[in-house]
Amino acid sequence: MFTEAPFFIAQKQLKSRLLVGTGKFSSAQVMKSAIEASGAEIVTTAIRRIDLTNPEDSFITSISPKDYIFLPNTSGARTAEEALKIARIAKATGISNWVKLEVTPEPNYLLPDPIDTLKAAEQLVKEGFIVLPYINADPILAKRLEECGCATVMPLAAPIGSNRGLKTKDQIQLIIQQSNIPVIVDAGIGSPSQAAEAMEMGADAVLVNTAIATATSPIQMAKAFKIAVEAGRLAYEAGLPGIQSTAHASSPLTGFLQS
Amino acid sequence: MTFFDELNSLKIEETVTTLPIISKETVEQTLKKPTLTLADFPTLISPNALPYLEIMAQKAHTLTKQRFGNTMQLFIPMYLSNLCFNKCTYCGFSVEHKYPRVTLTPDEIMAEAKLLQQKGFQHVLLLTGEAQGVVDVNYISKAVAQVKPLFASVGIEIQPLNEAEYIIMINAGADSLTLYQETYHQGAYAQYHLAGKKKNFKHRLDAVEAGGKAGFYRINIGALLGLYDWQYEAIALAHHAQYMQKKYWKSKYSISLPRIQKMVGQFNASHLISNAQFVQLICAFRLIFPDIGITLSTRESAELRNHLIPLGITTMSAESKTEPGGYSGKEAEQQFQTSDHRSLEEIKSLLIQKGYEPVLKDWH
Repeated sequence: MFTEAPFFIAQKQLKSRLLVGTGKFSSAQVMKSAIEASGAEIVTTAIRRIDLTNPEDSFITSISPKDYIFLPNTSGARTAEEALKIARIAKATGISNWVKLEVTPEPNYLLPDPIDTLKAAEQLVKEGFIVLPYINADPILAKRLEECGCATVMPLAAPIGSNRGLKTKDQIQLIIQQSNIPVIVDAGIGSPSQAAEAMEMGADAVLVNTAIATATSPIQMAKAFKIAVEAGRLAYEAGLPGIQSTAHASSPLTGFLQS
Repeated sequence: MTFFDELNSLKIEETVTTLPIISKETVEQTLKKPTLTLADFPTLISPNALPYLEIMAQKAHTLTKQRFGNTMQLFIPMYLSNLCFNKCTYCGFSVEHKYPRVTLTPDEIMAEAKLLQQKGFQHVLLLTGEAQGVVDVNYISKAVAQVKPLFASVGIEIQPLNEAEYIIMINAGADSLTLYQETYHQGAYAQYHLAGKKKNFKHRLDAVEAGGKAGFYRINIGALLGLYDWQYEAIALAHHAQYMQKKYWKSKYSISLPRIQKMVGQFNASHLISNAQFVQLICAFRLIFPDIGITLSTRESAELRNHLIPLGITTMSAESKTEPGGYSGKEAEQQFQTSDHRSLEEIKSLLIQKGYEPVLKDWH
């Protein structure tokens, strides 16, 4: 009988392999219902959007910390320094010591700065944060972040909010092969089939926001993603046929014997 | 090369004269392209694109929803002073108007800011006239620092400054800069700006670049529609936005397309833009710049604002007053008349009813 492999982030066992974001929803109520329908246990939100001083803030009142793991993100940070400042604000309020590290110096495509992301990650790990860095699909950067103590790596599939799917597939495949920490495909996933595809490749989880929040029916779409992520994971564990897991050298060492 | 040089090298007058001969076929082909570039902008604002306004609006709506979600950022302007030494024929603060000028004291600034905070605003835009020696870098930076603890975001819409002066503003707590060129046509600019430091067209244009160098998180540029041909202004503004995005790439840009309203002195705008053309312009900007912010002020009527919400607008003001101390009930002359007088709560209800989450806080 098939049993799903347990999934851990920073020693925390999780049932759901779908993480969700909280931006772009039309109301706090729709967000709350969609998140419930997604089955997600980890919910990321931008510290810049939460009014921590206001007990009536729509996020704080709709998402209970008892029900979810809060993953505050450093959205808006352009430098390592700004990301550190935002992460510390989140930690100081006692919301969570988890942080989704986003360092995006360019405001439209929100592509992450690899150098400042690594700098900030090193410092945040030292300060006791559980760090989940958002990165471009760069296998070497992923290893460097693993070495410095990050809990996961979160490579992007395509620019954030673009709904373009797994444009960085080959690079993500390398990251998955080489990683000893969970690989969460973040950003750019626009449909459940794309989420399933990432999971079939062996990604440990996916993070989805825009595709759910801007769907005609966000609640149904959240459920569709839940099912797709489960299906993709099941297919991966069942062992998809025909996937070559190791590379072959293009010039065999014994090739000279035939010349 | 600065944008001033680029503007001079662009032959916008010639482009504008060719707009009426852009065919419907060209418009149709352009609207079928998967991605549009600045080269497509003249087609989108051409007269033959008007019959395709519904298609443009649908595309603009979809793009805005994808890039910004179902949200609308809200902010409020707060005027610090109506003292101004410039002579600008369209402005209620122009030096030749004889009325008692008001510059808020620190206590008055605080009272006004607290009122706005209590209403629920978290993004505030501080505005002044240009009065060297009185409403200067020192005065404005102190005001920024004074109100910053009350708000998540503080913007400034003030006289042009240099890079070092903008850095003072950023260090005081300002995160956004709003600076409109008013008109990008130098001949027209000279007709409207008759005396004072604002006469210098290039100085104003260069200041936006100084803001980019200084590192404002958000920069808002625009043209005051009504001063010159709207298509000319639109093409220049689109080039300006693209130039800034490429050169000062860390800043988030937004545009404003204010239309001239009534004010003291009875200025009559000579280059009117119809509501249909206005909608065409908003949609054209959204289609060329999927990620640019578009700000809509209370200059427009409540009814029109209701309809414009889904077309690409990302930021709105509410219950604005354009005189210093206006929220605390101080008597002072306003810069221009606003049209939409609905309260923040009314605007919030409207947005919710239209399926948008009103966003009050989106900064630190």
